[in-house]
Amino acid sequence: MTARTLYDKLWDDHVVHRQANGTALIYIDRHLVHEVTSPQAFEGLKLSGRKLWRAKTILATPDHNVPTTARAAGIVDPVSRTQVETLDANCTELGLNEFRMSDPRQGIVHVIGPEQGFTLPGTTLVCGDSHTSTHGAFAALAFGIGTSEVEHVLATQCLWQAKSKSMLVKVDGALPAGVTAKDIALAIIGRIGTAGGTGYALEFGGEAIRALSMEGRMTLCNMAIEAGARAGMVAADEKTIAYVEGRPQAPKGADWEQAVAYWRTLHSDAGAVFDAVLEMDAADIKPQVTWGTSPEMVLSVRDKVPNPADAPNAVKRADWERALAYMGLSAGTPISEIAIDKAFIGSCTNSRIEDLREAAVVARWAVANGRRVAANVKLAMVVPGSGLVKAQAEAEGLDKDFVAAGFEWREPGCSMCLAMNADRLEPGERCASTSNRNFEGRQGQGGRTHLVSPAMAAAAAVFGHFVDIRDLANKVLQ
Amino acid sequence: MTPFNTLHGLVVPLDRANVDTDAIIPKQFLKSIKRSGFGPNAFDEWRYLDRGEPGKSNHDRPLNPDFVLNQARYQGASVLLARENFGCGSSREHAPWALEDYGFRAIIAPSFADIFFNNCFKNGLLPIVLPAETVDRLFREAEAIKGYALTVDLAEQTVTTPTGDTISFEVDGERKHRLLHGLDDIALTLQFTNEIKAYEARRKAEAAWLFA
Repeated sequence: MTARTLYDKLWDDHVVHRQANGTALIYIDRHLVHEVTSPQAFEGLKLSGRKLWRAKTILATPDHNVPTTARAAGIVDPVSRTQVETLDANCTELGLNEFRMSDPRQGIVHVIGPEQGFTLPGTTLVCGDSHTSTHGAFAALAFGIGTSEVEHVLATQCLWQAKSKSMLVKVDGALPAGVTAKDIALAIIGRIGTAGGTGYALEFGGEAIRALSMEGRMTLCNMAIEAGARAGMVAADEKTIAYVEGRPQAPKGADWEQAVAYWRTLHSDAGAVFDAVLEMDAADIKPQVTWGTSPEMVLSVRDKVPNPADAPNAVKRADWERALAYMGLSAGTPISEIAIDKAFIGSCTNSRIEDLREAAVVARWAVANGRRVAANVKLAMVVPGSGLVKAQAEAEGLDKDFVAAGFEWREPGCSMCLAMNADRLEPGERCASTSNRNFEGRQGQGGRTHLVSPAMAAAAAVFGHFVDIRDLANKVLQ
Repeated sequence: MTPFNTLHGLVVPLDRANVDTDAIIPKQFLKSIKRSGFGPNAFDEWRYLDRGEPGKSNHDRPLNPDFVLNQARYQGASVLLARENFGCGSSREHAPWALEDYGFRAIIAPSFADIFFNNCFKNGLLPIVLPAETVDRLFREAEAIKGYALTVDLAEQTVTTPTGDTISFEVDGERKHRLLHGLDDIALTLQFTNEIKAYEARRKAEAAWLFA
């Protein structure tokens, strides 16, 4: 039998029907639903008089619109409130499993799926959200879809897909202290660009990826879409299995044994051929900071803001000029001299317990050294990815570390990653953010986003400007 | 879905790479539970000088005179000429809804982001990939010639310039068929109901844990 990639295996096991032109009808095992991209799909299903195919494959929760403060008072914005109430009504009507805003298990879809054991190795998983690539960390085929396809999955449990090309991103070596999965993701995007993965399913492999925790792998796969790839994935190993074991929706008993036996096969075979291979050495990766309005506009914290005159072509030069004007930055400014107004630690990229622990180390260091969030930083907020992450962090006392250092401790949701709720940047404000997109206006109209890891964001909050977390790591964190 | 056959339309050149779906339709408009009415807020942050809000009237908002869509010569455009990686970022289908509602029926670019590209076909909006040099040339012509219009013929897979120059493009046969006839994807898929059920039965037998 020919050697197959992980992607080949996931694909082959889900083909319902193959068309002559190579596209296939693919069966979808798991469907995450949130309030923003689902109402028109539910409406479409109803208007056409069609039935929901398989309710048990769905897990729903409101995350984009939910407030991160004073939640008991409900949602103040009537438009946001209607959207969340519409999700509640649709889920009730169709008998779907939904964690409502008041449920302690509510959170960002891409955090609660894995947390509940809803996300499982070997499954196909979709959601009307581009960061669905996150779940590929579990050796699953997971990708974002539009609302028409959400309706299609509700009605048929399937999607028509053309098979992507495959790319192996192999990161060997060991990450330096203070350098994280977020930095790997940004370094990859800096190397191949935001369209470098377009048309590909990425598999992340190599020593440095094997060494990552499941949280780190989720961060990495989450950002696959920022490289243009709808899906990113990591082979299953003992860490994957250990993470899933015992979770509420994980298989039990004989099912567990059967599932684990299958999961152990979820890796690319020796000799499997990829359409493209990218190799990187983890030891070369430094803490990353984006300087522009696209995730590919990224440098290490030791670098300087680039000069558009050095851009590789005219289109890029115009891009860089526009980005510098929008970001209010001048060529040649050291990244470490860029002062921030706000810091945001959260989002489906970096709001899991490990992310919060990394940021809390910096908060504890600040308090121990008589420091707190810098005077020029108006707001430093920590938004856990789910109610359960929040509870875990509080059990570990992380909330107290953050609050003592001057950070705000909030309720779970997408929050200022995309500013659909009240959390946002005002025009001209500059933010160190652990989220995934630094697009113009993403965190609020006129807002300026710099993407970084959780510890880098916390350190920027404490110093008021970007600092090399490795300096801190060498001095204090070990 | 509205079928797409041929289109003869005014071209507006949007000379930026990596235009993301946040720019095409900003987040505050995603709070709508409808799939229509997004056109007046397409490119909201580039198009207007103030901050747009859902429910706010757009008629008396100050327009950004520097934004290409606001220029008098491009009013009524139905072909959007764009740069590489158009539609990157968020999967929001509100982006094609907004472009379609604004009046666009075709988008020409050297490359598109995957999810956006796929979403266009569900909404009667034709994304056309042409080589970067060809797109460069169309940009030069559209900027130089007032009233520059292109004819798009999906059946023939051609774009024809005002001088009669015909450029061919590729499109997946299945997508072309569905777009030409405005077919309902779900109805077509439900023709495979027996195969879907057979798959489920087979899968349940080999991996019961997926159906627990």
